[in-house]
Amino acid sequence: MAGKAWRSTIFNLLRQWGLSINGKDNIEAQEVSRVVGALRTESPQPRTYVRGIHTVTLIPGDGIGPEISSAVMKIFEAAKAPIQWEERNVTAIKGPGGKWMIPPDAKESMDRNKIGLKGPLKTPIAAGHPSMNLLLRKTFDLYANVRPCVSIEGYKTPYTDVNLVTIRENTEGEYSGIEHVIVDGVVQSIKLITEQASQRIAEYAFEYARNNQRASVTAVHKANIMRMSDGLFLRKCREAAEKHKDVKFTEMYLDTVCLNMVQDPTQFDVLVMPNLYGDILSDLCAGLIGGLGVTPSGNIGANGVAIFESVHGTAPDIAGKDMANPTALLLSAVMMLRHMGLHGHAKKIEAACFDIIRDKKVLTKDLGGNSKCSEFTEAICQRVLDLD
Amino acid sequence: MAAHSAVLSMSKIFNPFWGGRFGNTVKVFGTTLTSHRNRSSRNGDNIPPPAKYGGRHTVTLIPGDGIGPDLLNHVREVFRFSCVPVDFEVVHVNSADESEDDINNAIMAIRRNGVALKGNIETIHTMAPSVKSRNNLLRTNLDLYANVMHCQSLPAVQTRHKNIDIMIIRENTEGEYSSLEHESVSGVVECLKIITRTNSLRIADYAFKLAREKGRSRVTAVHKANIMKLGDGLFLQCCREVASGYPDITFDSMIVDNTTMQLVSKPQQFDVMVMPNLYGNVVSNVCAGLVGGALVPGANYGLNYAVFETATRNTGKSIAGKNIANPTAMLLAGCMMLDHLKLYDYATMIRNAILSTMNETRLHTADIGGQGTTSEVVQSIMRNIQSKGPLISER
Repeated sequence: MAGKAWRSTIFNLLRQWGLSINGKDNIEAQEVSRVVGALRTESPQPRTYVRGIHTVTLIPGDGIGPEISSAVMKIFEAAKAPIQWEERNVTAIKGPGGKWMIPPDAKESMDRNKIGLKGPLKTPIAAGHPSMNLLLRKTFDLYANVRPCVSIEGYKTPYTDVNLVTIRENTEGEYSGIEHVIVDGVVQSIKLITEQASQRIAEYAFEYARNNQRASVTAVHKANIMRMSDGLFLRKCREAAEKHKDVKFTEMYLDTVCLNMVQDPTQFDVLVMPNLYGDILSDLCAGLIGGLGVTPSGNIGANGVAIFESVHGTAPDIAGKDMANPTALLLSAVMMLRHMGLHGHAKKIEAACFDIIRDKKVLTKDLGGNSKCSEFTEAICQRVLDLD
Repeated sequence: MAAHSAVLSMSKIFNPFWGGRFGNTVKVFGTTLTSHRNRSSRNGDNIPPPAKYGGRHTVTLIPGDGIGPDLLNHVREVFRFSCVPVDFEVVHVNSADESEDDINNAIMAIRRNGVALKGNIETIHTMAPSVKSRNNLLRTNLDLYANVMHCQSLPAVQTRHKNIDIMIIRENTEGEYSSLEHESVSGVVECLKIITRTNSLRIADYAFKLAREKGRSRVTAVHKANIMKLGDGLFLQCCREVASGYPDITFDSMIVDNTTMQLVSKPQQFDVMVMPNLYGNVVSNVCAGLVGGALVPGANYGLNYAVFETATRNTGKSIAGKNIANPTAMLLAGCMMLDHLKLYDYATMIRNAILSTMNETRLHTADIGGQGTTSEVVQSIMRNIQSKGPLISER
């Protein structure tokens, strides 16, 4: 590392210790439990926790990906977050045996660092290989997709006070991709629900609720029609509820949830559901707070892997024009900080971002302003420094 | 008529012995003898069953569970008050009963009468999975392939979005609701989603015909063909094929998650939407929620039968018996039924009464933010009918 990097590392450490000694940064009980919780859920300390710096694999992505990734890196540097980025590219390559896989250096980096931040990836049509997102999901067994939806003050939507989290099973369900043409004109798609996957996602949902001080978990299902499949899912959720008696558990039909969600989203807290319902509902909730451009998202995998990503598209029409909105990727990165236990930095960056959006002076085009991405980033960096 | 009853008695003889196997035969007999209905379907016109006894129609009424019985009683009350020439044949379906006799009786009654008004029948999912959803059985046995719902913003109801006017046409018999599930290995359950070309063509055709009839300019197909390439791909292809035969109507398609996002931010962009079964469930509930909730009626149309109910199809167990349910959806469903029976005057009269009652905010029920009770609303509707309707003024 260059000399400057060493110095900043030591300053970081001193600041961390100095803060706790002087008591300047009052760590509330809430945060302590969050940190403890995050540590508890994290499997063995990542080996990349060297002298306080976490190494994170960064996948910039395509289209506006590189712009927003550099914006996030700049803001993190201004906030002096102890993160070191390892940039990797993921393009599908054909491995031995003809199976498509991600490049081995990307895989090795992720396995080492365990935490990743990903920009939007484009899926070329008729490229012969499955979507990159699907490949990543299969490679790291990312079984839970977590999307916290919180209304952003300053970005007006017809819905205020939204504060819910959708946890979606990400590996099976309707998206198993198993389809056949039985007879000409009759197609059959198979929806797969397994005990193991349902148990895993249910357990994760309750753990998440507990670690983030959420009061209730609602299982969303359609067990009146899909008796066995959603019935199995529900059973596993009920079993997990028994083990976590401190979190309230309710079950609700998908149509009732949809009906109530658009009328009064405040009644929901944490929602857990299989793949298809999760896809639709999580996008519905994203729509409530303002769309995919401001929604963070995280994918949790087995073996402690977690990849945080922005869920919007690559927007090829504005790529390279400095018009992109980095909010989604930034909020996902904040989610990543919280997952790693760096709540102080997370809070600072999030507050700065929300302040800038609330002020409405410097906003990118999709948020209603006409500033450039770099100006927006600069404003947030400035605010972060001010908040210090 | 004699032949008709002969068929029915024949089916009664055969059924106990052969059970399900002769079911198809009965269906064949049933449809060939109701020749007036077959004629209607060929012309594309929807001719209701002729009023048999003294100009009065007979309609099957299935109370269902939860708030269904109360609301349907109110519907009967309002109809009796307005002297609507409709007699209701009430068929109870016990949702806790494992045998399918009840629902088969109901289906037979609907075949006999041709039209039904129903509440939602609860599906208790602690029972064995072989006990299928009664509502689903009804829909598939009668082949009610199109579920039509018209969501319109009502001026008096406070909602976050205004000026919504969306027609939703949802495939009602196949897709994810085929109820074909099996557990091949312990702990692994497979559920089959079936999409067929015939049904997709049928529903797309229905959608475009309806759009043309109502003077609509755009039809949007909702799908998830990027993931379910074969299944939803087939559906989309069928829609495109049908669309080519209607050059005056614009056709586009949208992926279901994008659709829900657009619906909560800009619902005014949608006109007519057509989609397979499960997405139809989600989208119709979202749209119903956007215009206020329990205010939208829904209709299930088949070639020969029509069943009317609330669009959101919930039993409302938690508010049953408390006199706070909103009767609007069920009453408007009754009006849709009257339209189907070509009793337009009665339908308009009752509909106008309902809408003027909606304008009085102090009579809104709890779900739209008011404090009125169901009976108050119904009384007000009847008063409205009394003050305006010439058909009953003998005072």
